[in-house]
Amino acid sequence: MSDSSASIQGPRRGKRRGPGLAPYFFVGPFAVAFTVFLLSPLLVAVWSSLFTVKRSGLGFGGTKTSVFIGMGNYQAALQNKQFMSGFGRVLLFGVVQVPLMLGLALLFALLIDSTLVRFKRVAQIVLFIPYAVPAVIAALLWGFLYQPGVSPIVKGLRTIGLDVNFLAPDSVLWSTANITTWCYVGVNMVMIYSALQAIPQDIYEAARIDGASEARIAWSIKIPMIMPTLIVTLFLSIIGTIQLFNEPTVLRTVTSNVSSEFTPLMSIVNTAFAQKNQNLGSAMSVIVALVAFILSAVINLAQRKWEEKS
Amino acid sequence: MTTIARPVITRQNLKIRSGQRIVLSHGWARILTMLLFAVAFVYFVVPVCWLFVASTKSAGDLYTTPSFAFAEFRLFENISSLFAYQNGVYLRWIANSILYSVIGSLLTVLVSAMCGYGLAVYQFRGRRIILGAVMVSFLVPGAALTQPLYLQLVRMGLNNNILGVILPALVYPFGVMFSWLTVRASVPMEIIEAARVDGAGEIRTFFQIVMPMMRVGLTTVFLFTFMGSWNNYMLPMMILDDPELYPLAVGLVDWNKQSTSVAQLGTLTLVGSFVSLMPLILVFIFSQRYWKSGIAAGGVKM
Repeated sequence: MSDSSASIQGPRRGKRRGPGLAPYFFVGPFAVAFTVFLLSPLLVAVWSSLFTVKRSGLGFGGTKTSVFIGMGNYQAALQNKQFMSGFGRVLLFGVVQVPLMLGLALLFALLIDSTLVRFKRVAQIVLFIPYAVPAVIAALLWGFLYQPGVSPIVKGLRTIGLDVNFLAPDSVLWSTANITTWCYVGVNMVMIYSALQAIPQDIYEAARIDGASEARIAWSIKIPMIMPTLIVTLFLSIIGTIQLFNEPTVLRTVTSNVSSEFTPLMSIVNTAFAQKNQNLGSAMSVIVALVAFILSAVINLAQRKWEEKS
Repeated sequence: MTTIARPVITRQNLKIRSGQRIVLSHGWARILTMLLFAVAFVYFVVPVCWLFVASTKSAGDLYTTPSFAFAEFRLFENISSLFAYQNGVYLRWIANSILYSVIGSLLTVLVSAMCGYGLAVYQFRGRRIILGAVMVSFLVPGAALTQPLYLQLVRMGLNNNILGVILPALVYPFGVMFSWLTVRASVPMEIIEAARVDGAGEIRTFFQIVMPMMRVGLTTVFLFTFMGSWNNYMLPMMILDDPELYPLAVGLVDWNKQSTSVAQLGTLTLVGSFVSLMPLILVFIFSQRYWKSGIAAGGVKM
């Protein structure tokens, strides 16, 4: 990617001259946007999660006042059965869907990288096409493919005597998992495949001369070498799973088996908008963000450890 | 006894067999791989094809005729009723999506390019703070903070307003990082120095000389932000009340919700999804190289 002669000079190359205010002109817009749309909402969320709205006076005419309640909202969030079972649900989802999706992505990337696949470009496009489909449209599309009246899958399975209901209470989580898998196998495959392409080919030569099979090379050379990329894909998938929202929200329009608090983010929306409790919603947002943040930090650490080791 | 005899025999067998196995297993492996890709094709591509077939059918045929068989070809009638529904609200949504995505992405590219350039070229007080901000925006999970962001937009009076959809997307750490890399890879410092010697100011140097040199990298950033805002659902759903302001994703989900009571909307959602998807897929296939370079550099948000 980088032309080495240019990158050696590095970021300090403008040091000799006093650039005056110019650098602030360049980084200013980002800094303002960051402050207004990320930092400030975050801080306000933490602040407002410590308060609750109390109504005083009678009936609808009463005045509303904010009362400091410390960790009260956090306690309420952690004792909220729906919110916590949403967490449980995305955890279960992640434990099954993430390894499955990344396993498929790795398998396809290794196959396309190997000598086995001749039409590498076409093979990549096939897997990559769903990435062009917006998640919401993908969920709408699969929503139709799950509805018994329309679905070619349900009809097809019925003709061979199988009666499946993709939208049943037990199966709807996995139908959601299928949509995310469909959307993201391709993009993960491309990430892994570009990492594979970056490995110098002559490393394999020695192994081939020693008689190692393609499968052995993949297992003992390729996979360890692309481990940093695999960790990144794992990181992105886990963060995405915790924040699962679009797919189940769309499926909720076709089935009542997706509750309004199916995932933690849906809980937040439901609490903040349907129940109009913005303070509790903020506390929930902070909890979800914190969980995601801790996981990112752990995975980042794991990646650094791996890079130090090799 | 057996333990002595066995290794001798198996080792010999193995030698012969392993030679055969390479040929054999390669043949089998090839067939298995082809089968696997055939399954992948069915899984990944056929749903999109089904969307096309379903879009050509009348509402009645959709439920009665075989799923993959064409019935009476009514695609164009469907499209015209799609565009006619509620005085062309669908066209309005497409226009909104294009407006939000194009203007929003251009602005995001500009903000990211400027910041990336500033970080790559200058050493200044507060540089570490900006770097910290970029890192924080990488690590903070965006969707989880949509509700606090919504509250912020309400405080600023930007709810039910185009700016409320566009402005938050300006915080795009990947864009900053990718612009930075682009400056380092494709803008030699000598050129910036030469421009200074010729008397061009810092700002003019950037807009007239540096930005054109960054165009490949910036195209990648543009495509990613475009896709991101085209896919954006959660924030617009929260802050936009007026259907006239909806982007496509919000509008179509709304139709799907209503389709339980208004039967026609089931077909219209299908056709609407199909119509919105075709240009995306075409653009996508032709811009693959940008996608791949961006994805390889870590430009994915999920």
